[in-house]
Amino acid sequence: MATVELRFSALPEHVRTARLVAVAVARRAGVDESVLDEVRLAVGEACSRAVSLHQRGGLDGAVRVGLTDLEKRFLIEVEDEAGPAGLPPVGSAAEEMGEDAEDALGLAVITALVEDVEVTSGAKGGLIRMSWGLAPDSLEL
Amino acid sequence: MDLSLSTRTVGDRTVVEVGGEIDVYTAPKLREQLVELVNEGNYHLVVDMEGVDFLDSTGLGVLVGGLKRVRAHEGSLRLVCNQERILKIFRITGLTKVFPIHTSVDDAVAATD
Repeated sequence: MATVELRFSALPEHVRTARLVAVAVARRAGVDESVLDEVRLAVGEACSRAVSLHQRGGLDGAVRVGLTDLEKRFLIEVEDEAGPAGLPPVGSAAEEMGEDAEDALGLAVITALVEDVEVTSGAKGGLIRMSWGLAPDSLEL
Repeated sequence: MDLSLSTRTVGDRTVVEVGGEIDVYTAPKLREQLVELVNEGNYHLVVDMEGVDFLDSTGLGVLVGGLKRVRAHEGSLRLVCNQERILKIFRITGLTKVFPIHTSVDDAVAATD
């Protein structure tokens, strides 16, 4: 199981909590300080997207954030319960973008920030898996 | 930290000073503020982001929405930002090509191009 797991009602006000928890656990796992801003943003984007998918579909349900220390990597999973939401196109057509395209922009931010990212489907909806390397010297601390 | 917003007029520009975190929860407040300003006839906006601690794509979307609104009135929306972690988000999304980004409010207010 995840080192730390967080489950929250799919509401915008809880996304900040998810960011704070993710960064705290990542720091403790040994993710480099210089990368924590990226972790914060990537988790925020993934959770915002999950919340938006729920809200757009008028769905209740929860967002699960799994934070796992894999010795050499730190894994973050963000899973929604919004059903089979299609993967929006990832593009950089920023100028054409309206406020409805925030979803695509969010995914574009994640893929630009995180080297190891996978957008797939979970048990009840979408699942975003992201991982970061851990500095070797931090493993023994 | 929540979002803080304050506006002031400098010449024909309206400066919106934003502080705190702009995310999926707080971005609607910024959107309301920008919509209200445009509806009141303020078409030349300067958004000062120096006090912003966090910005995500929801916030970017609101800024793009604001830009579209002012452009519909031949207006402008300029940003003030010197923070590398915020600028990075504009760069990776290609939005540095869309928004004029200035290093100071004075600079943004004086800009005419």
